[in-house]
Amino acid sequence: MSAPDLLPVAQPAEPPPPTVLLRMLPPGLRQVRRPTRPIERSAMVYRHTWILIVSGFFEPLLYLLSLRVGVGKLVGTVSLGGEQISYASFVAPAMMASSAMNGAVYDSTMNVFHKLKYGKIYDAMLSTPLNTADVALGEIGWALIRGMIYAVSFLGVLVGMGLAESPWVILSLPICTLIGLAFASVGMAGTTYMRTWADFEIVTLVTMPIFLFSATFFPASSYGTVGHALLQISPLYHGVVLIRAANLGQWSWTLPLHAAFLLAMTAIGMTVAARRLDKLLLK
Amino acid sequence: MAATLPPPSTTDQRPRIGFLGHARSTLHVVENTALQFRRALLWNVTAGFLQPLLYLLGLGVGVGTLVDRNGSDGSLGGLPYVTFVAPGLLATAAMTSASMESMWPVLGAFKWQRMYHAMVATPLTSADLVFGHLVWLTIRMVLTTSAIAVVFTLFPDTRSSGLLIAIPAAALCGLAMAMPLTAISATRERDSFFAAYQRFVLIPLFLFGGAFYPISQLPGWLQWVMKVTPTWHGVSLCRAATTHALAASDLGHAAYLVAWVAAGTVASLITFRRQLSK
Repeated sequence: MSAPDLLPVAQPAEPPPPTVLLRMLPPGLRQVRRPTRPIERSAMVYRHTWILIVSGFFEPLLYLLSLRVGVGKLVGTVSLGGEQISYASFVAPAMMASSAMNGAVYDSTMNVFHKLKYGKIYDAMLSTPLNTADVALGEIGWALIRGMIYAVSFLGVLVGMGLAESPWVILSLPICTLIGLAFASVGMAGTTYMRTWADFEIVTLVTMPIFLFSATFFPASSYGTVGHALLQISPLYHGVVLIRAANLGQWSWTLPLHAAFLLAMTAIGMTVAARRLDKLLLK
Repeated sequence: MAATLPPPSTTDQRPRIGFLGHARSTLHVVENTALQFRRALLWNVTAGFLQPLLYLLGLGVGVGTLVDRNGSDGSLGGLPYVTFVAPGLLATAAMTSASMESMWPVLGAFKWQRMYHAMVATPLTSADLVFGHLVWLTIRMVLTTSAIAVVFTLFPDTRSSGLLIAIPAAALCGLAMAMPLTAISATRERDSFFAAYQRFVLIPLFLFGGAFYPISQLPGWLQWVMKVTPTWHGVSLCRAATTHALAASDLGHAAYLVAWVAAGTVASLITFRRQLSK
């Protein structure tokens, strides 16, 4: 009797034939197998700092309160799509979009860089059956979950303060997810090019003008022609337009274009991130 | 026969008596921080000019068009909004920047790099460290606020000779916030306190301290809370300076800020000594 008969060796499973969904995904993401494992790990780690996540609820509350009693009183009303709304109702959706952006950027840059360079968390993960696509998707997925927690609390504050103008405001939650997804994937792709902490100053340098000049604090109509053209390249602007439309319940045919911009940004970011992680981690 | 000892080195046993000796030690501490600052000089300079420029354009000029269109019914004293908000941005920028310098860097020097422990192993004393931090913050704040003032001179509505008084006034506001915080930072074991401090102290003061609208718009109790904090006094002082409305009563604001700096410095002297003699 020969040895192989005694010890049946498990044959490696055939790779599944590519389905339509798989063919639609960016190439880097086709090998995703267990993206929930990194998410589980992040959740375990964050159990110790839950108080900070919970207190994240106060920040939008303070901003919106200060807008209502302060600058809002000075500005009065803003006309948007032929409707007169209070300044606080005008800025609130923009603040919601900005908080989605900031959360996603922080999580996908500083946090990822620390894990990549100092914690060596990803090297450890890759010595298990996880692959780089799992790591990339797991990180982005966790950033989205945290973003969702913030978005829900923000929406709570917004409705509680009477700044919601229509029931469609509930759609701001998936829009925040989209904003978070777009910024997290590009943020993560950018992080793979970072060498030292000093490089992160570029992140601030990019996000600050985006935060101030995405029709956040004053309407797009007051930007002038050049400004209006520049607005189109700000991803946050597209998010702000979407959330504002949801808040007012005003629909137009241009909205899918704004969403498409964010989706394209996500696809590009994810593809680059997965490829770069392959290069960095599988040397 | 006893071996002859080499003569004691004169530099090691330099007698340090009185004020001059302490002044020299303080400068050594300042030099150390200044050298660290120089490493990131390019970024510090770019950010120092760019950040106030963007904020002034976005929050001052941009929001200003909305406010001025509405007509501010006299609550801004007939000023254009950008003129009103610029000194507020100046004072709050100093407050934020000075606070940042007094959180992680101080905790790091005690707990992470143990730099302060290394420094007191030399002839430096804990008091030298506190005064070194104070002097460095003053230099840093004057540089920061001067850069912002240069940006303000680019716009006719924010250009004012009063900026020359507003520069030291804003720096003083930064010190008044930072020195008490330095005393607290020295006693921290972990940096989780700082995130809470930013969220529950710095951001509320930035939003409600009178930088963006007069605090008379706030509910009465909140006005009183804001009048206790250094921020409102700093903002008021800077605004009086840039709008040429300085009066004798503004000396009260300045004295109040100086009192905060003094109290924070004394508290830091105590906490630094306690931490370093452990």
